Amino acid sequence: MADRRAGGQADCDRRAFLSVMAGMVFLSARPPVRQSVQDSLPGTGPAGRLWDPARAGRPLEPVTVADNDAVIRAIEKQLHCTCGCNLDVYTCRTTDFTCTVSPAMHEQVVDLAAQGMTGPQIIDQFVREHGVAILMAPPKRGFNLAGYFVPSLLIIAAGVVLTLVLRRWARTAAPDAVPARPVAAGTPEELERLRGELDRLSV
Amino acid sequence: MTLLGTLALWLALLVGVWGGLAGFVGGLNGRADLAHSARHAVFAMCGALLVAVVSLEWALFQHDFNVEYVAAYTSRNLPVFYTWSALYAGQKGSLLFWATVLSVFGSLALVLTPRHHRELLPYVAGVVSLVAAFFVSVMLFGHANPFQRLPYTPLDGNGLNPQLQNPGMVFHPPMLYLGYISITIPFAFAIAALLSRRLDTDWLVAIRKWTLLSWLFLSVGICLGMWWAYVELGWGGYWAWDPVENASLLPWLTMTAFLHSVMIQEKRGMLKKWNLALIIGSWLLSIFGTFITRSGVISSVHSFTQSSVGYFFLAFLVVAGTASFALYTSRLPLLGAEARLESMVSREASFLFNNLLFIGIAFSVLWGTLFPILSELVQGTKVTVGPPFFNQVNIPLGLALLALTGIGPLIAWRRASIPNLQRQFAVPGTVGVFTALILLVAGMRDFYALMAMALGGFVAGTVVQEFARGARARHRQYGEGYALALGRLLARNRRRYGGYIVHTGIVILFVAFAGMAFKTETEASLRPGESASIKSPYGWTYRLTHLGISQYDALNRQVTAATLEVTRDGKRLGVLTPEKRQHVDGLGRPTFQPSSEVGIRSDLREDLYVVLGGVVNGTEQAVFRFTINPLVWWVWYGGMIIALGGLIVMWPGGSPAAKRAQAGYSVRLVGEE
Repeated sequence: MADRRAGGQADCDRRAFLSVMAGMVFLSARPPVRQSVQDSLPGTGPAGRLWDPARAGRPLEPVTVADNDAVIRAIEKQLHCTCGCNLDVYTCRTTDFTCTVSPAMHEQVVDLAAQGMTGPQIIDQFVREHGVAILMAPPKRGFNLAGYFVPSLLIIAAGVVLTLVLRRWARTAAPDAVPARPVAAGTPEELERLRGELDRLSV
Repeated sequence: MTLLGTLALWLALLVGVWGGLAGFVGGLNGRADLAHSARHAVFAMCGALLVAVVSLEWALFQHDFNVEYVAAYTSRNLPVFYTWSALYAGQKGSLLFWATVLSVFGSLALVLTPRHHRELLPYVAGVVSLVAAFFVSVMLFGHANPFQRLPYTPLDGNGLNPQLQNPGMVFHPPMLYLGYISITIPFAFAIAALLSRRLDTDWLVAIRKWTLLSWLFLSVGICLGMWWAYVELGWGGYWAWDPVENASLLPWLTMTAFLHSVMIQEKRGMLKKWNLALIIGSWLLSIFGTFITRSGVISSVHSFTQSSVGYFFLAFLVVAGTASFALYTSRLPLLGAEARLESMVSREASFLFNNLLFIGIAFSVLWGTLFPILSELVQGTKVTVGPPFFNQVNIPLGLALLALTGIGPLIAWRRASIPNLQRQFAVPGTVGVFTALILLVAGMRDFYALMAMALGGFVAGTVVQEFARGARARHRQYGEGYALALGRLLARNRRRYGGYIVHTGIVILFVAFAGMAFKTETEASLRPGESASIKSPYGWTYRLTHLGISQYDALNRQVTAATLEVTRDGKRLGVLTPEKRQHVDGLGRPTFQPSSEVGIRSDLREDLYVVLGGVVNGTEQAVFRFTINPLVWWVWYGGMIIALGGLIVMWPGGSPAAKRAQAGYSVRLVGEE
């Protein structure tokens, strides 16, 4: 018995060993568990609360009707966020949720609108506080007009000059373009063939 | 390895300076030994710079955080893909990348350029050596040595900016850099032609592939940048007229102008002065773009931090610009046209107006980009020049350019007759008008969008007509089936028909841009189980139901993901999972501010674009921004078609007749002098 037990013990150990090995093979054959597909972390807090809210960035306030107001949005799209992002206030506050400047500017726009100010009045108020750099595009007055119209005027002027130069070139070249001697006109077939050849040669 | 890298930089600098001197002296004095030495100097510089790149990559992959650059841009848990791309993620590494790629391109140009251009090559070697040596000198003397060591060794690095951890960012910067850098080769040939006084079309043949390559890299780089901005930055658009975006557009515009005007020089021997000026200007604009990116002189989201490096580039820009245009001016008497324009109504004239618009748009973009500085100088007040300004100024110009894209190919070379114009314009004009009428009837009232689509129809009509006529001519002449005729047409006239494919891509891009006029967006804060709706410009109603938020750890980040079920007019479309990501280093410490990962559902008509803003008071109540962007996929398709057309144009080979024509042999007609 003792021997058998001993033998049995030995068999049992072998079985356990084989089981462990089989288990290891099974585990190694399974696709690796990637952390990226792990579900919510254990120890989640009370229902409806995140395990670690800090990971989700700055805490936000619920969206209000004013946040979606088309007039407010139109005003904010004309105002430049001063956080250094180069975006307008609306785009910044709905894109870079780490920014605290654009939400504050949004609050101010909403407050001013609630006081009964119109869009242009609100924009003027921001210009008074921050200067014209607060606008997404410079106002169309004074030197800024050069910003808007110099490119177009230069292109028109260049276009006029180019037209005049081309006309002069065309006039001076015109006599040369007249064939020195009459050239027999080709038949439609010949012209079509010439066109085909030129198409083929053209690159 | 960092010592080896620094030594390699010094060696590259010395060899580069020698290559510059030897190239110019050898070329000017006809000294074959010096010309030979300059050629070898470029190869040697290339070898040294490749050793420097390998040394830096070695330090990056070994996580040698004692190297300041490695500690600043990588961490132990940064994926391998991005560890590799950290080479050009920072200012110092990107300067090394620039110099190395330039030396590789320079070596290739010297090896691949046919022997009959050998008189130009010493100067080419000289220019490439000096430009690359300048970049190396910036690294060594401008406090931008990527091998600089720290006085201590951090346990882990800062990691790569989360917004750069995107496949688009792995390919977008190198593509743009390749575009910028490869312009140096045509510029070097232009300087060589000016110095050697070989100003016929010969040097144009030598640079043909390089100009196309450069244009292609810039086009692909710009499109990849748009894609990256769209999927990664989360503001819901792809072009913000940021100064750095503008800086990439400027050389693209001038190179595109060159690719058109060079055809006039090749066919008619005209516009020699203009084409040289375009190449020199394009190169200077590429350096200007680098200056803008690195100087901090103009506020941009892309800019590297302000540093003394910017002043190096400004000085280089002034010196190189002055020297180039002084040389150019001295050679003006040699740049006379071989033929004259014969008619205002000709392909040549239309290309000139096309060039005027390209350069006009480039000027307008440059003007807007620099206007804040100008305003500060003149008025003493800085102004902001954002998208409203650029759109107002550039949209009409862009539409005029689109119109010329269709008009140019319809007008004959030399002189077009009235019957010829009627025959050419009838179909495309009708397509354009019908497109406008259909859209008006369908209710489209946005003027610019309507014009973009109508002109798009006109240009598409032109392209289809050109392909149809060409295929029909082959069918008649050789009895080929239409499909075969179309294929052979493309194969035998790659430049012309590849160009038309590029035009098709441009049309698609313009139509897609017009789609953004109908963008709609809304914000909502939703608890799990709550829904929000948004109406699409097509009249559909999307309903998004918040299912909940999960948090988990990934390789180098902690993720907070919201799950939203999406239905359209009651039909379930699937789920979207926008995320907030907090990136961490190998020790679990936060490295950057949390970033947003956008959830996008795309189809050919529109994109549903969802951003998770954050959560309310640590609960699963989440704040979202929902945007519907019409026709965005067509921007990417347009980009791909442009790249395809560019590849077809530059594909080697072609018929002997085409090669002869490209080499400057043109058909002489009866009566022509």
